[in-house]
Amino acid sequence: MSRLLAAPANLRRRHRAARAFRAICTVLTWFCLVLLAVLLVHATREGLPWLDLQFLSEFPSRFPERAGIKSALYGTLWLIGFTALFSIPIGVAAAIYLEEYAGRSRINTVIEVSIANLAGVPSIVYGILGLAVFVRWMALGRSVLAGAMTMSLLILPVIIIASREALRAVPNSIRYAAYALGATKWQTVRHHVLPSALSGILTGTILALSRAIGETAPLIMIGALTYVAFVPSGPMDQFTALPIQIFNWVSRPQQDFHELAAAGIVVLLVVLLLMNAVAVFIRHRSQRFRL
Amino acid sequence: MTTADTTSLRRHHARRWHEEGLKGFLFLCALLSIVVTIGIIVVLAFEAVAFFRHVSIVEFFTDTRWFPLLEPRHFGVLPLLAGTFTIVVGSALIGIPVGVASAIYLSEYASARARGIVKPILEILAGIPTVVYGYFALTFVTPLLKYVVPSTNIFNAASASIVVGVMILPMVASLCDDALRAVPDSLRQGAYALGATPFEVATRVVVPGALSGIVASFVLALSRAVGETMAVTIAAGATPKLTLNPFESIQTMTAYIVQVSLGDTPAGSTEYQTIFAVGALLFCITLAANLAANRILRRFREVYE
Repeated sequence: MSRLLAAPANLRRRHRAARAFRAICTVLTWFCLVLLAVLLVHATREGLPWLDLQFLSEFPSRFPERAGIKSALYGTLWLIGFTALFSIPIGVAAAIYLEEYAGRSRINTVIEVSIANLAGVPSIVYGILGLAVFVRWMALGRSVLAGAMTMSLLILPVIIIASREALRAVPNSIRYAAYALGATKWQTVRHHVLPSALSGILTGTILALSRAIGETAPLIMIGALTYVAFVPSGPMDQFTALPIQIFNWVSRPQQDFHELAAAGIVVLLVVLLLMNAVAVFIRHRSQRFRL
Repeated sequence: MTTADTTSLRRHHARRWHEEGLKGFLFLCALLSIVVTIGIIVVLAFEAVAFFRHVSIVEFFTDTRWFPLLEPRHFGVLPLLAGTFTIVVGSALIGIPVGVASAIYLSEYASARARGIVKPILEILAGIPTVVYGYFALTFVTPLLKYVVPSTNIFNAASASIVVGVMILPMVASLCDDALRAVPDSLRQGAYALGATPFEVATRVVVPGALSGIVASFVLALSRAVGETMAVTIAAGATPKLTLNPFESIQTMTAYIVQVSLGDTPAGSTEYQTIFAVGALLFCITLAANLAANRILRRFREVYE
């Protein structure tokens, strides 16, 4: 009897706890939004005064008022171009093999396990690999090519995983229909499965490349942090890249250079946001036209 | 055989060769991931072994001083490990509670509209380059900390930990969210029918029901914090020391690797080899963490029909 009478007070306490918990979860979640806003506002406020055409068209300089990101922008462009050239075909091909061809053999299991592990290897370890294999052993030096190959290895697991998901989402009925009409395996993949998975593969690839644009540590490892006051004219040229230039400016003690770094960050974030927007747009469009 | 038959047969053969050749090419592309894994292990092991010819492995793991570049040299990796450990603990204090809270909010409380806002924000936070977080730590978080704790060093473990925590937060949130959403609604409804409050449903039914995924997400996030490089290089400093004071300058394993590669170290020198020794240790730690996370997911997976 006494327990029954005590119940309402107990219930009130439990409901109070429930409300408090909900409030905590909600506040902590929206705290992320505040964080993002603070980050963006801080960088923009510091960097905006330095952002002008001159900033985009000048080479780096010892004098902050004359410094710009021309070589970094071109370097990033070269780097990402070659990275895309290497990583997309290989990554998509590997995904096609694993999703469409691979049976349950030992070697395929090993491949799957190594891809899962490679996805978790810190980017700086790829930098060490690039330094030892591409820069020293293959004697490519601190070139665009060495950087792009290192970056390709880094984003390969990301591209493979995203492409596999896209391929897996293609319904089997499409494959069976193609086989029923006498198509070979490759014809089925090439003309039916790949086109249906294209938007998913593209989205994943764009996100992987945007990760490559922001990566800094592997490029520092292969020695891209040098004073570069020219635009690369070929894959064997030395280069610098946008995040490297930002790191260079951040690590100087002067306030002016920190503000230059902020300006560089604004440019970098705008590029990344544009790429993300493209990815979201592709995903959205493909959802609208789904069969 | 008629000519028509032979051409068709020939075409059939050609097509088969074409098919097999393509399959072989695709297989080679997939095989590359094994080559890369082996490459990483061989490269790290090769130079690390060379390093341990000069420096005893006992000294490496027990000496409490790390002065590899200046005489008298000391190669004790403990200070670097301690630095990494400080960052991992600090970032976990931020990233895990907020990440789990966001995941619970997303899966249990959020309306479809709120979800549509929060998810992309988490994705954007996850996509911000680490060098940007480093800048943020140095120019925003550190001055803020200095205001609260005046003895804060310009380079300190605390500000780096905070931003690394923010970096791993989206990962924890999205992995936990996936795990929580995999818990079937029938369990929630059963608990509500027994008179549980939403708090009790979340903490005593849904979270235990998704525990393997949640724990695995913690392990993966911590492994990411171990390998985090740019933010700690920029904000945490370059002074390897054994300290638990988060307001002092420290150095992590990753930051050390960057520091050496910034200088001009000739290949084959002991300094050059330290990169690989420290890198090998880093690789082993993250690999162990990733394998552990996979094991947790496989062994303790809660299966729902």
